Amino acid sequence: MNYINAFLVGGAICLVGQILLSKTRMTPARILVLFVTAGVVLTAIGLYEPLVEFGGAGAEVPLTGFGYSLAKGAFKGVDESGILGALSGGVMGTAGGIAAAVIFGYLVALIFSPKTKK
Amino acid sequence: MDINRVLDKKNYQKYVKKNMPKSKFLKECAMAFLVGGLICTLGEALDDFAEYTLFLDEAGIGTFRSAVLIFLGAFFTGIGIYDVLGRYAGAGSIVPITGFANSIVSPALEYKWEGYILGVGAKLFTIAGPVLVYGISASVIAGIVYYIIGVL
Amino acid sequence: MGTRVGQKTVRFDKMPIILSTAAVAGNAEKTGPYGSTFDIVFDDDLWGEKTYELAERKMLIKAIETAMAKAGLKPDDISYLLGGDLLNQIISAGFAARQLGIPFFGLYGACSTMAESLMLGAMIVDGGFAKYAACATSSHFATAERQFRNPLELGTPKTPTSQNTVTASGAAILSSTGDSTYPAVTYATTGRVIDMGINDVNNMGAAMAPAAAETIISHLEETGRKAGFYDHIVTGDLGTFGSELMLRIASDAGYDMTANHLDCGVLIYQGNELMHCGGSGCGCSASMLCGHFINSMNQGTIKRILFVATGVLHSPTSALQGESIPAIAHAVSLEMGCGS
Repeated sequence: MNYINAFLVGGAICLVGQILLSKTRMTPARILVLFVTAGVVLTAIGLYEPLVEFGGAGAEVPLTGFGYSLAKGAFKGVDESGILGALSGGVMGTAGGIAAAVIFGYLVALIFSPKTKK
Repeated sequence: MDINRVLDKKNYQKYVKKNMPKSKFLKECAMAFLVGGLICTLGEALDDFAEYTLFLDEAGIGTFRSAVLIFLGAFFTGIGIYDVLGRYAGAGSIVPITGFANSIVSPALEYKWEGYILGVGAKLFTIAGPVLVYGISASVIAGIVYYIIGVL
Repeated sequence: MGTRVGQKTVRFDKMPIILSTAAVAGNAEKTGPYGSTFDIVFDDDLWGEKTYELAERKMLIKAIETAMAKAGLKPDDISYLLGGDLLNQIISAGFAARQLGIPFFGLYGACSTMAESLMLGAMIVDGGFAKYAACATSSHFATAERQFRNPLELGTPKTPTSQNTVTASGAAILSSTGDSTYPAVTYATTGRVIDMGINDVNNMGAAMAPAAAETIISHLEETGRKAGFYDHIVTGDLGTFGSELMLRIASDAGYDMTANHLDCGVLIYQGNELMHCGGSGCGCSASMLCGHFINSMNQGTIKRILFVATGVLHSPTSALQGESIPAIAHAVSLEMGCGS
């Protein structure tokens, strides 16, 4: 059941992205920025948490989920250490993902070369 | 001959918009839903693996899932498969965190011939940079607002 | 000496001839319907070089060298090399000229460069300033893609109006003397920069169609020729949608070219659906002209063509700053049986 929920929620979030991509000709960079920011905002106003509870990874894997982790981290930071936690909390909550992206990105770029496709 | 005498700019733009070949919207949406959904399902499976096999806590599960998906996104970009997937899946492979990894690796790969500092190092953040700038800024603002509401 | 016959058109009275041509192309072009018309083809887009930029330069040098070899000429015999490409500061052409050591005019007309170089080369030769001039241009999918669009490995879908930058190069040697068995450059019509406010960088055909229509119609008006005078009116890289638009604009203005219009961008990948609207890039029209069309003229299957290379003059910077896409088209008339 969890898998079906994840599939449905994840698919639906990607569908929203596709509608933007097809109808507004937004570039992937803009879509990624929009989704991460939307994730923060939706989490802040309490709309994203229920989606995560229902969809699990389906809500956490799309970039809105990255925004969700950032916002949740910031709130946790504030709860634990006040106003300064707003600065440190977001990155702390997502540090693993960011570091993974940097190191894997760097290693892959070292090993492989770009290719043209047929 | 002066083209501007026979062709009105506004009318031409309208004509182009109306008659240009359109993408197959429903097919694109179906592909995005399917591929996006499948990547998320894989994420759910990773969650289960982290929870029941590795016995990680909640934060650990999230980090494990993100790291593995980012690795897969980066790896499939490196071997030249992710862009082929993106051609068909559209947002289905852009929006998941694997797409974020793709957006980090692809410019870094592309510019490796320009050197390891200003090529790979700098271009790694071509698309990831803006994502982090807006994501982190939004989270700081959200945190401050949360703090103020808490104080009041 | 040449004569001006209209606002945009000149006639070459000595009629410089195209002594030889050569075309070099990559894999996607090789497997297309005109694959056999290229002199040199290669499979791997790096072509044994370290970077795609070096591969593009190699294509350009090979095209010029092959054209010279066919004419039995050495770099020292050529008075001028006129050429350009799509890369910043036209590095393919500049670095090729460094290696060849021929006095060099660097041109940037984007995908219109082949016609621009032929036109200027013909003026130089007709004006008596050179016995031989080389005109050449190139484009490479991978180098153009990174400069104008996205990294190769970024997973982003193409839009249906997009065109694929052709990996190819073409070179032509112009000569002041030669008999009527060679194709001659008889007229040249220089295009104006036209901007109809199209700002979709994935829809170049729509940006270029009005420029192509204006140049072709101006050419016909100023030379007093009918569209049917030419076996083919060959546009550079309007693509399928751009060609449709150009034919429609022309027919609205009273010129019917449906019977003899061809577009190199449509032809080069014909039948390959992955290429959407077709090919684009300097090398598209250059390789089709220097391969298929000049070959057909030399074999006598076609006698007269109007070669109209089309280009867009925007940059990634101008696009990011929200500017629309200016376009240009240059026409040169190539005819058999005219050389002096």
